[in-house]
Amino acid sequence: MKPETAELKTKELTINMGPQHPATHGVLRLVLQLDGETVVKCTPYIGYLHRGIEKLAENRTYLSTIPLTDRLDYISSMSNNVGYAVAVEKLFGIEAPERAKYIRTIVAEMTRISSHILWLATHALDIGAMTVFLYSFREREWILDLFEMVCGARLTTSFARIGGVRNDITQEFIDSLYEFTLQFPKRIEEYETLIDQNRIWLKRTKDIGVISAEEAINWGLTGATLRGSGVNYDVRKFAPYDAYDKVEFDVPLGTKGDVYDRYRCRMEELRQSNRIIKQCLEQLPRGPILAPDAPKFTLPPKHKILNDMEAMIHQFVLITKGPMSAPKGEVYVATEVPKGELGYYFVSDGTGRPYRMRLRAPSFVHASVLPRLCEGALIADVIANIGTIDIVLGECDR
Amino acid sequence: MEPLEIAEKIKEIFPSEVREIREFRGQVSVTVKKDRIKELMRYLHKTPEMGFDYLRDLCGVDYLGKRDDRFEVVYHLYSINHRHMIRIKAIVSEEDCSIESVTDIWKGAGWHERECFDLFGIRFNGHPDLRRILLPEDWEGHPLRKDYPLKSDLGENEWKGIKEVIETAEKNRIYEIK
Repeated sequence: MKPETAELKTKELTINMGPQHPATHGVLRLVLQLDGETVVKCTPYIGYLHRGIEKLAENRTYLSTIPLTDRLDYISSMSNNVGYAVAVEKLFGIEAPERAKYIRTIVAEMTRISSHILWLATHALDIGAMTVFLYSFREREWILDLFEMVCGARLTTSFARIGGVRNDITQEFIDSLYEFTLQFPKRIEEYETLIDQNRIWLKRTKDIGVISAEEAINWGLTGATLRGSGVNYDVRKFAPYDAYDKVEFDVPLGTKGDVYDRYRCRMEELRQSNRIIKQCLEQLPRGPILAPDAPKFTLPPKHKILNDMEAMIHQFVLITKGPMSAPKGEVYVATEVPKGELGYYFVSDGTGRPYRMRLRAPSFVHASVLPRLCEGALIADVIANIGTIDIVLGECDR
Repeated sequence: MEPLEIAEKIKEIFPSEVREIREFRGQVSVTVKKDRIKELMRYLHKTPEMGFDYLRDLCGVDYLGKRDDRFEVVYHLYSINHRHMIRIKAIVSEEDCSIESVTDIWKGAGWHERECFDLFGIRFNGHPDLRRILLPEDWEGHPLRKDYPLKSDLGENEWKGIKEVIETAEKNRIYEIK
């Protein structure tokens, strides 16, 4: 007798995932074509958060674009600010003072920790490990409180300035952060005991979303998403900016390039970031926090604006018209933000506003690799794949 | 290799293509004609001493009223092995607003080219899936062009949703400002 199933016909099913879906980490829409539980075709649709930041930046002064950079990758705004400042400084040919460089390194690494913790929390929650979510928000809260202490905001920080930082860090901040760096390694172990050997976690992450080293480079992946495939590429090592050439840290690498390796990379990066912060705090030099030798480009200090006529005029001109003598030329400056390589490309025509500002957002490139990772995999792994490339749609859509 | 050396080498191999080599803040840009752009890119990707395996970025720039040929497509290439970088700028005119796609050399170029098409209206020949990416499919115009207004000048023809938003906001206002 013939089995009954042989008579049954199967048909491909198209389903729509998002734009409002808890596992897409924002407003990402995927149209999935399914054959049973296997994904045959995956088409991402983005742009729901497009605000035209590049167009806006062309019509604003260099200084007033800083708040826009907060809203790129809204969970790591400090890194975006720092990246912007580093890029504009390169364009203007000025250098921030040592202390400012160290402070920027500290806040950028704090951002990396907070971003990676949030990634771990949501990624684990998506895959089914809820407990780590609650643990990791405890440390994130500490970091956000420190951000509030240094600049008054927890998310939209706008802290870095062209040629330095907005304000100096206090002793209270340093003490609290140092305490954090002492405690944090134990906390990372806590997360790891929760999921590192967890059988469900291993089954959901090992050999899922594998991408080889050559392919990962070819797709333009960066950050931990690339390093999980074993490619040693880190902007902090390759083209050091701020104080990264004065501190010691390792670049953790994966071997296989699957979801688990990328998870391990990010966990190791937490330790390395902690190490960098600790070294920076120990080496923190004294001195000014804004470049004093570039008055044409940097704002005068606040106490001078209130007492000195010339400084006030100077500030007024810088805010309303922008730097009057920007050089003509173009630069591309990349910085390593938590998600990967954030590149700023400026074309300057000598006026106070950039003629063209281009943002090379890591999330945009990472989202483009989703079809490659998802096609041929199971529908349940789509969630793991979205989590592992670590995208934020604010940055993706700009 | 030093960036200037790379630029000289490109000029040596593609003498008729290179228009200009310029250095600024240690970064070198090579301006080329667009006709043999794919051949040039394949050369930079395949030759071992160049080894540009990583396309950092691809974007457009609009020079309306500043140059004869309106657009430029800018490629930022990087070699992870040799740790060197070069910027290639291909000139695209407004009349023939298209250029060869490089998606079969770097897969990562796919979305960058779609974005460039979306925001500048430059067509990439040979792109497997050239659609708008950030804006809706039925959007008119290309916002990053310099003649595209920053603020809408449609007046009465404005998207009707915006009126609804303003009216609802007026209706739901709690506090009256006296």
